[in-house]
Amino acid sequence: MYALLAWTWTRAAAQYPVSMLLLSLATAVVGALDAVGIMLLFAHTPRIAGFTAAEVLFLYGTSALAFGISDILLGGAERLGQHVREGTLDALLVRPVSPLVQIATEDFSPRRFGKLLPAALVLGLALPRLDAPWTAGRVAMVPLMVACGTVIFAGLWVLAASLQFVLVDSHGATKSLTYGGAFLTQYPLTLFARDFVRGVTFAVPLAFVNWQPSLYVLDRPDPLGLPDAARFAAPAVAAVVCAVAAVAWRTGLRHYRSTGS
Amino acid sequence: MGRSGTPPAMIEAVDVAKSFTLRRRAGRGPRRVRTTLSAVDGVSFTVGRGEFVGYLGPNGAGKSTTIKMLTGILTPSSGTLRVCGMDPSRERTALARRIGVVFGQRTTLWWDLPLRDSLTLIRRLYRVEASAHRRRLAELTALLELEPFLDTPVRQLSLGQRMRGDLAAALLHGPELLVLDEPTIGLDVVSKATVRGFLERLNAERGTTILLTTHDLGDIERLCRRVLIVDHGRLAFDGDLARLRQAVAADRMLVVELARPGPPVELDGIEVVRTEGPRQWLRLPRAANAAAVVAGLAERYEISDIALREADIEEVLAGLYRGDHAYTPTPP
Repeated sequence: MYALLAWTWTRAAAQYPVSMLLLSLATAVVGALDAVGIMLLFAHTPRIAGFTAAEVLFLYGTSALAFGISDILLGGAERLGQHVREGTLDALLVRPVSPLVQIATEDFSPRRFGKLLPAALVLGLALPRLDAPWTAGRVAMVPLMVACGTVIFAGLWVLAASLQFVLVDSHGATKSLTYGGAFLTQYPLTLFARDFVRGVTFAVPLAFVNWQPSLYVLDRPDPLGLPDAARFAAPAVAAVVCAVAAVAWRTGLRHYRSTGS
Repeated sequence: MGRSGTPPAMIEAVDVAKSFTLRRRAGRGPRRVRTTLSAVDGVSFTVGRGEFVGYLGPNGAGKSTTIKMLTGILTPSSGTLRVCGMDPSRERTALARRIGVVFGQRTTLWWDLPLRDSLTLIRRLYRVEASAHRRRLAELTALLELEPFLDTPVRQLSLGQRMRGDLAAALLHGPELLVLDEPTIGLDVVSKATVRGFLERLNAERGTTILLTTHDLGDIERLCRRVLIVDHGRLAFDGDLARLRQAVAADRMLVVELARPGPPVELDGIEVVRTEGPRQWLRLPRAANAAAVVAGLAERYEISDIALREADIEEVLAGLYRGDHAYTPTPP
């Protein structure tokens, strides 16, 4: 059902092929600029917070890839607030398909894939340059952490959307949860204050998107001194985030008030 | 879902209420006071299979809120609601396959897609079989005269065309119940006639149960065999049009043309509501004997013409909305 709706919107977007192409290109360029920024940083200093350029690019690549995929799948959910405000959510609710799927696929366009390209490139560039003790487990951890990261971000998208049922104009605030999270996980968390790291480990579990699994892949000690199990907790954390998001979404829908008339 | 035995009523509402909590700023400080707004306040009614029901009421009476609860968009604060034997808010998606919903104020079609694509997408959303879809689409295209604009993007359609498109979209999956929220709002005379004729046939030939809200009295007089009137969130009337006229004991109007202009006539039990030259409008209470009043007038005044008018439905409704007549609904 999701694919069907996405395809329909893609066809609608294809009515303006030039615009579609240029937007895809622009998205890719903006994504690539981020990575260039990190490279420039390392032109001046060999290490950031104890991490080498390859390691930071690895963190950046995994985070950007996970975020990019989740953005393609569910990024549209942030439009919920607009639908609530304009009362157009009513029309979505009388169809036999989850409104989340309908909103997420709305305006679906291939340009969303533009973000994946630089992320995949950066990751491809970083992987062979890593000085990691590669074992089968560590190799398997890389795709697993991207998958779990994707699910965690997807859960955050839904959570952010659910908040908009209550805080109709919170579009900007909820963005800090999703885009903010994406930005944060692109750097080694040791760059930030300890209390902050605790916050993103236990409250909004961004640390499990790529930080904790990376500590395992890169064989580094945890600055918070958490047990080793935390490094493998990403799937469990992803499941919890999804459960919380699902409950929030249902609660939001039940409290939806619609508009007059 | 479907219970065995006799088919359940299409809609069963028992003491359904919906209230909203509003937070308003009290005075200048940051403190906020909670007030509860009761949009629907304990409404009960049953709609059987094949009925054509008009759901009326002034603006803000709770019509749309009721419609939104019936379709599962809003969750009732209290009371029980069954539509097609289902709880709308809990089984919203399953219910959506069995009902059709049209909002006159906004389209459920995809703005940028041609109507034909929207309808194809609806087929997939509702998982309608291809052969059934072709048959229904052909039928709806003919009845609603969709052919000329099937390939036009929805945003370029006129309001009348869009409404016909919305009707087709709501009926492609062959729903048992069609719920319409002001389907004729803003339409011109011809479009209104097309929509009304279509709804009439749908109800008569297919047996589709129809519930519509409207402010258009033409809709009611032409279509609705039964009328529900809601006011201040409560059911103010449930019955057919003739009973409505009777129940509210609407006053009749006596239009008298005097031989020459003069001051308002005086007679016990009547009230002059308007004068225009020699012509005067007299309100006649339902209980008054028209013949006696006419005789009484003829005795005192020189009358050149006289006419007695039944109150039209508009006046009946206006009276009811104003609360001129106390009426307690009785179960039919």
